Amino acid sequence: MEHIRMPKVENVWLVDRSSSRRTQVGTLYLTATHTIFVGKGSEDRNELWVLHSLVCNVVKHKASQSGYPLLIHCKNFQVIQFIFPQESDCHDVYISLSRLSRPEKYEELYCFSFNPNVGKAEREHSWDFLDLKAEYSQMGLPNKLWHVSPINREYRVCDTYPADLFVPKSVTLPVIVGSSKFRSRGRFPTLSYYCKENHATICRSSQPLSGFSARCLEDEQMLQAIMKSNPESRFMYVVDTRPKLNAMANRAAGKGYENEDNYCNIKFQFIGIENIHVMRNSQQKLIEVSALRSPSMGEFLTGLENSDWLRHIKSIMEAGLFISKAVAEEGVSVLVHCSDGWDRTAQVCSVASVLLDPYYRTLKGLMVLFEKDWVSFGHRFSHRCGHLIGEAKEVSPVIDQFLECIWQLMEQFPCAFEYNEKFLISIHNHIYSCHYGNFICNSQKERKDLILCIIKEKTHSIWPHLWENKLDFMNPLFKPDQSQNQGLLRPSTAPYCFKYWRRLYNRFDRELHPRQSELDSLMTVKEETQQLEEELALYEQKMAVLDKEHAKTLYMQKGVLDSKQALWSLPLDTSLANTPQDYISGFIGGAPNVFTLQQGERESSGVADFSSHSSGEESLPSEESVKDPDSDETAM
Amino acid sequence: MEFAELIKTPRVDGVVLHRPFMPTVEGTLCLTGHHLILSSRQDNTEELWLLHANIDSIEKRFVGSLGTIIVKCKDLRVIQLDIPGMEECLNIASSIEALSTLDSVSLMYPFFYRPLFEVIEDGWQLFVPEEAFKDLESMTDEWRLSEVNKDFSVCPSYPSLLTVPKDIDDESLCKAASFRHGGRFPVLSYYHKKNGMVMMRAAQPLTGTNGRRCKEDEKLINATLCAGKRGYIIDTRTIAVAQQAKARGGGFEQEANYPQWRRIHKAIERSNVLQEGLIKLVEACNDQSHSMDRWLSKLEASNWQSNVKEILTTACLAAQCIDREGASVLVHGTEGTDSTLQVTSLAQIILDPACRTIRGFEALIEREWLQAGHPFQQRCAQSAYSNGKPRSEAPVFLLFLDCVWQILRQFPCSFQFNENFLIMLFEHAYASQFGTFLGNSVAERLKLLLSQKTVSLWSWVNRPQELERFLNPLYEPNNLVIWPSVAPQSLLLWEGVFLRWNRSTKCLDEAYQEMVHIIEYNKELQNKVNSLRRQLAQLETEDGPLQTP
Repeated sequence: MEHIRMPKVENVWLVDRSSSRRTQVGTLYLTATHTIFVGKGSEDRNELWVLHSLVCNVVKHKASQSGYPLLIHCKNFQVIQFIFPQESDCHDVYISLSRLSRPEKYEELYCFSFNPNVGKAEREHSWDFLDLKAEYSQMGLPNKLWHVSPINREYRVCDTYPADLFVPKSVTLPVIVGSSKFRSRGRFPTLSYYCKENHATICRSSQPLSGFSARCLEDEQMLQAIMKSNPESRFMYVVDTRPKLNAMANRAAGKGYENEDNYCNIKFQFIGIENIHVMRNSQQKLIEVSALRSPSMGEFLTGLENSDWLRHIKSIMEAGLFISKAVAEEGVSVLVHCSDGWDRTAQVCSVASVLLDPYYRTLKGLMVLFEKDWVSFGHRFSHRCGHLIGEAKEVSPVIDQFLECIWQLMEQFPCAFEYNEKFLISIHNHIYSCHYGNFICNSQKERKDLILCIIKEKTHSIWPHLWENKLDFMNPLFKPDQSQNQGLLRPSTAPYCFKYWRRLYNRFDRELHPRQSELDSLMTVKEETQQLEEELALYEQKMAVLDKEHAKTLYMQKGVLDSKQALWSLPLDTSLANTPQDYISGFIGGAPNVFTLQQGERESSGVADFSSHSSGEESLPSEESVKDPDSDETAM
Repeated sequence: MEFAELIKTPRVDGVVLHRPFMPTVEGTLCLTGHHLILSSRQDNTEELWLLHANIDSIEKRFVGSLGTIIVKCKDLRVIQLDIPGMEECLNIASSIEALSTLDSVSLMYPFFYRPLFEVIEDGWQLFVPEEAFKDLESMTDEWRLSEVNKDFSVCPSYPSLLTVPKDIDDESLCKAASFRHGGRFPVLSYYHKKNGMVMMRAAQPLTGTNGRRCKEDEKLINATLCAGKRGYIIDTRTIAVAQQAKARGGGFEQEANYPQWRRIHKAIERSNVLQEGLIKLVEACNDQSHSMDRWLSKLEASNWQSNVKEILTTACLAAQCIDREGASVLVHGTEGTDSTLQVTSLAQIILDPACRTIRGFEALIEREWLQAGHPFQQRCAQSAYSNGKPRSEAPVFLLFLDCVWQILRQFPCSFQFNENFLIMLFEHAYASQFGTFLGNSVAERLKLLLSQKTVSLWSWVNRPQELERFLNPLYEPNNLVIWPSVAPQSLLLWEGVFLRWNRSTKCLDEAYQEMVHIIEYNKELQNKVNSLRRQLAQLETEDGPLQTP
């Protein structure tokens, strides 16, 4: 609380960036965890809550006629603009927010103060929702060729790896230790995915410390053992996900990549995914493009092209596809690495897993994938997401890119995923929000060491929360038995198959999205269908009873749905559907003097207009419209 | 018959057909006067029947004696035929070239096509101006149906019956016509029932460099304004282009002469520019080897999406003036047969829920495109693969359909028809067995005796068994004005047309089927539940008395 200079400011303007007409005045509150804006006006109580941990940066703009503007950019791509009447208020809020949004210690993060009404037992239980051991055993491990090595139990061999790691049974402890000494940060080759059907595996590691000529017998034995653990195959792929040039440059620093001559039966392959710095700059450009206000089509497309973002997504997808094809079609194991093996490697392994295994296209499966390939394998969430104040150079949208790859796949395979887009966006939001304890810290060890007791005692796990709300996250088109869900997904990687993800990057720009949602409509229909099924079962039961005891009185159960009214298809947001945008910049809205006579009239007609459809209550447009007695006849 | 001269080799065996994302087929190639047919003569493989009129251009290649013809179609499909024998290949190629570029309209397939179905409802009689006027009459008595263009002498591209303000006599109409490009004087396009505002369309006024004026023209459009109200003139051209038009005798309405009107200039491209854009876009879509950068820069360079945005924006503006500003609108560009019609028809889709039904959309196309004199035959003579210098070809109608698709994507529950309906219209506008899109105007169609000699597209489409494919399962009528977003972030590339042949659509088709299934299953359950509920209620009342004694 000591950072809050100004807990409350009155008469602040919240600017709706899409339409100046919807700007509202209200009171701004700063709490230890949130910025809260409460709009004035009793009927339309509008509140905006913004978590400090979601704030990416705060910028003061030049004073304008209306006051002193403050822009807040959030990590979930929301942009909020306030205008303060007093410069001092603006400055105080700016200073407070700047500090509040950059916590110095983990304990300051929201997950440690988030305290829903949940008992201790339930909270602890929430951390047991996912059990990686059980997940590996579902994958078919351990088996006669792979087992869990106890070597990293104390995180002594590799402090960024999890405690339990799968390695070939044939590998001895000295080989593991030797191999780990030959790999950046000790991240020796270990299993990420095992294909039950053909025993091929995806393994992951960091780059070897090969320099220009160094070699390591144990590391060579390690790879040999991995290859041999796939009895059918005669070679394995080693995929370096970096551009060749970057990998070569690493050799000068004593790092580098595997020399095919030193390793028996490996096929070495570069896949040019750029590093975290390139990706950070690329996303920065993309965000700028997405935030443009009424750009021309040319500006938008050029911006999209210059950001290079879709090119990077394409390269990650291609890498994942290469690996999944090697495993599924050739039955060949693959070792994947980049430099440290926690960014590109994580992306590529998890994309390949989604392509390979329908399990990861289910809600539960995707959660497992996050826990396994990202959280347990030491993706540096705190650094990459900028949870704490620290090196700006460490921040990078690695996880965003993985989520986007899944979204791109959903666009190509609409029936293959159990979850929908909202699930991805929800996960994205919570990775950055620090609302839950899952994505705090940079490795398992850090989580256990530093604040071992605190995380599990004081924070909650996201997964049960998402699971409870799974109705919201289900894809109504999901068909587990459909052909597109049998075996490997083979996406097209032609450039035109990659699209701009509007729902993520313009998430808060309501006016940019379809006014009616196919997804929501279908979800409603499915829900209704389920109710009908229940009702039908009930009636059939009653019929059966009636057939037996023919002469009994029967109390009619009132139907769940009395008359057929498709509630789904009416626009969720009728008021929005009924609001034109600014189709000619400033002409009509900006030059009211031409129409001084009509000004008042126009406003009143606008109100009358709304009331005829939604009577001003935004949340209930569908019911209103259903009641509209002549809606059906006139439209036909 | 004369086609025989053009067909030197009517039949070749052992021809191999390659189509993207489909297995190759080997079989016999036959050429008839109107079709290219490839049949494997096996029961389970599909035959290829391709209208010559659908062929946009061909390329031939030889490797030894094996010839290859690449056939590029107006629906943007590209197929390849491997033909053994050099002579056969050359003959086939020259026949296709000749048959696909027949000059005489009366040799086109619609004049030879005999339907295999019974015509129950003749599409030629479905949408007559008199009927539309009856609807208007029920709402207002401010308008009349004029026969001034009975013999098409006042305006050759207009239909014979036109809706004009009641107080304007035919003589004034003639004078106004002489002041407008091609005689296209302002006529009623749409009447907004909600507030009585109207949308009119015309061609540019012939003010020329010395600022000619025409009192009758001024009176004509002023007659549509209520007392004390202003109106908007939406000129689809930029002010610079409109200025240049003066030198060629055209121009725009001067403020001084039209004080009650406020003029807005927009920037919809002229038709020849649009054609270049289409060619560039399709070229970009067809090259799978592109890198991401190249694809995006080519997409941008084609300007296609910019055109979509500009047309939609202008239509939204017109709709906004009418619905929100409560003002009447006059729309024109240069000739009033292209961008003008894009704007007036899209504005109606935004404003009028009736236009979002299948019948209403057909009526809109009939009213705002066919009868309004969009020169379909000229515009759709060639599509994206035309080699020669474009004469008057332009994808004006395709752009309109693209814009409708954009609105459909944003309001997926507000249209009775689905995307397939729009794609079907695109195909038939360019090549068809039906006569609907032949000719450039009502006058030409009458001369060709299309309604007697050919079948109307609507006669076929409106049959229940065809219609089924085009129904949107999510449709639920609503009476709202639907305002689309025109931001670049919101506009998409119409994959259903432009990527149709460049990717496998299996998964997307399955998804669509699943959607249909979900909704049909829901309806089926509804029915079951309702009937059971009735049965139970009946049993209850029957059983009631039984128990009393």
